[in-house]
Amino acid sequence: MASAQIFAVIIFVAMFVLIVMDKIERHYVTLGSGLLTLIVVFGICMKSGKAIWNTLALKGFATEEFWYQVTESESKGINWATIIFIAGMMVMVEGMAKAGFFRWLCMKIAFLVKCKTIPVFITFMIMSAVLSMFIDSITVIMFLAAVTIELSQLLKFNPVPMILSEIFCANLGGSATMCGDPPNIIVGTSLGYSFSDFLTNTGLVAGISLVFSVVFFYFAFRKELVTDSDEKIDMSKFPKPSEAITSKRDFIVSSVIFGCAVVLLITHSTTHLTVASIGLFIAVITLIAFAKDAVELLKKVDYKTLLFFIGLFIVVGGLEETGILELIANFIEKISGGNAMLMIAIILWVSALASAFVDNIPFAATMVPVIQSLAQTSGVALPTLAWTLSIGTDIGGSATPIGASANVVGTSVAAKNGYPISWGRYCKKLAPATIIVLAISTVYIFMRYL
Amino acid sequence: MEQLIISVGREFGSGGRVIAEALAERFGIPIYDRHLITEIADKTGLTPEQIEKYNENPKKKIISRRVRGYSNSIEDNIAEMQFNFLKEKSDSGESFVVVGRCSETKLKYNPALVSLFILADMDAKIKRVMEIYELSKEDAEDFIRKKDKKRKRYHNYHCSGHWGDSRLYDLCINSSRLGIEKTVDYLESYIRARKEL
Repeated sequence: MASAQIFAVIIFVAMFVLIVMDKIERHYVTLGSGLLTLIVVFGICMKSGKAIWNTLALKGFATEEFWYQVTESESKGINWATIIFIAGMMVMVEGMAKAGFFRWLCMKIAFLVKCKTIPVFITFMIMSAVLSMFIDSITVIMFLAAVTIELSQLLKFNPVPMILSEIFCANLGGSATMCGDPPNIIVGTSLGYSFSDFLTNTGLVAGISLVFSVVFFYFAFRKELVTDSDEKIDMSKFPKPSEAITSKRDFIVSSVIFGCAVVLLITHSTTHLTVASIGLFIAVITLIAFAKDAVELLKKVDYKTLLFFIGLFIVVGGLEETGILELIANFIEKISGGNAMLMIAIILWVSALASAFVDNIPFAATMVPVIQSLAQTSGVALPTLAWTLSIGTDIGGSATPIGASANVVGTSVAAKNGYPISWGRYCKKLAPATIIVLAISTVYIFMRYL
Repeated sequence: MEQLIISVGREFGSGGRVIAEALAERFGIPIYDRHLITEIADKTGLTPEQIEKYNENPKKKIISRRVRGYSNSIEDNIAEMQFNFLKEKSDSGESFVVVGRCSETKLKYNPALVSLFILADMDAKIKRVMEIYELSKEDAEDFIRKKDKKRKRYHNYHCSGHWGDSRLYDLCINSSRLGIEKTVDYLESYIRARKEL
């Protein structure tokens, strides 16, 4: 077992280093590492066909509870439910983008507040958080940042504060629901939690934090957002929201499908449909509705991310099967001395710190089995640890430009349009905001669960 | 005139930029080196100083991340803007000389491209750098090594081929052998011969 453990750790560390080095595309890195885990760790060291079978988790597809789940259940190995759900949402989002939904929504809201800088700033922050509850934050920021830059050129303000605030709120909104941020999908599907479980736990604290964040960013950026107030805004110069819609039919269809997805997600604990079923259903109806463009939509799906997930789950499976994650759990329990408050503070702040610098997806995938083990040995309720992990990984990612995907996309869109955002510029306002939200979350978790 | 794109890769201190300027003059075509910075500055609203700071610099890997083709690294974004700009110029049918910027790889698809790499003996490079930058021998050598190391990292990050590898270029030439002036003559005749084919 010792050799299996050593190889599992070496593969995991090498995978992380290669991801950070960014020389080889990250899906090749995780798939290669996954293959090595299967061959070296499970095959050669452990000689365990069962471990390979458990990690590949293919038999899950054939079980009823993969698609229709009455009681909560936990999953191990490759989390296919996460992969199918993300793929399904990607197809839906591509359909919405093609119809011009996101651009329309951004322009519509800007028009509703008469394109005034401060109201646009506040409504865009809220919109960023709300959209990110259901749609991946990369897509949200891609459109929001582009429209923000367009508006900034027309209204003559600096778009950087607005983009930074949108990034932060997208990550915050993502933490509110099960499907908002990949770590939550992993936590939810691995531990069998529902959409409403997240909404009533992480969602509540995200809502409270959003209020604080909007106030914080208003005071942090209000001086930078001042425009020439004497100049009257000529709305006729602005592109009309309706111009964003490429096809009225596609727009209505994609809006209805999005509405269906939201309803299905909110009600999935009563309908017993799993997120895998919802993802598959949404993808299928999108493809049927966009029949003639179905191939184009499928081509646009980010397969690299899906493959990245598959490889990642196998590598984490290697750590799990060899007992490494149990050792980490024992270590956390030991240093916290069985003190639940300390344990939660460690998980929250260490998760946040790690997520600020490394991809939070591998981190969350690794930590799920750790908190399962911790719950068994320490007696702290598993849901409490799960919400702590979700909040830590989701929120911590906001602190630096590389902590979360939305940050990278937002800063990149800004740079491409002539507004480079350095680390210093980014962290000066967003790192304190992250610390404030983490402090609020710590108090919230202590008061509500302990 | 039929399109002509001359890409000049160079070692620091080899006289590559001077050779590129001379070639641009002889063929009567514009050169994109510093001009590329001002063109991008005009297009984006950035100051030339801001672009210069990140120009032909490799990104800092440990503090950079790439997601679906988007990168938070300012170096990456400036590099991408420059590649796109060169591609636009290349696709528009314009003739020009470009210095560095992975142009031998990024514009390889265009049959009008003639790619050159200028190298030189270390002694000659040191002498040149000492004169231009008023440095001591040790400082000049150190400066050359640092600059070339940066260029190499920048190039090898954005391209699959290696910087200075002869297989990547149509012609590699040591400017110390003939001197700058005669190297330009030689390259001019080579390019004219290529155009006659």
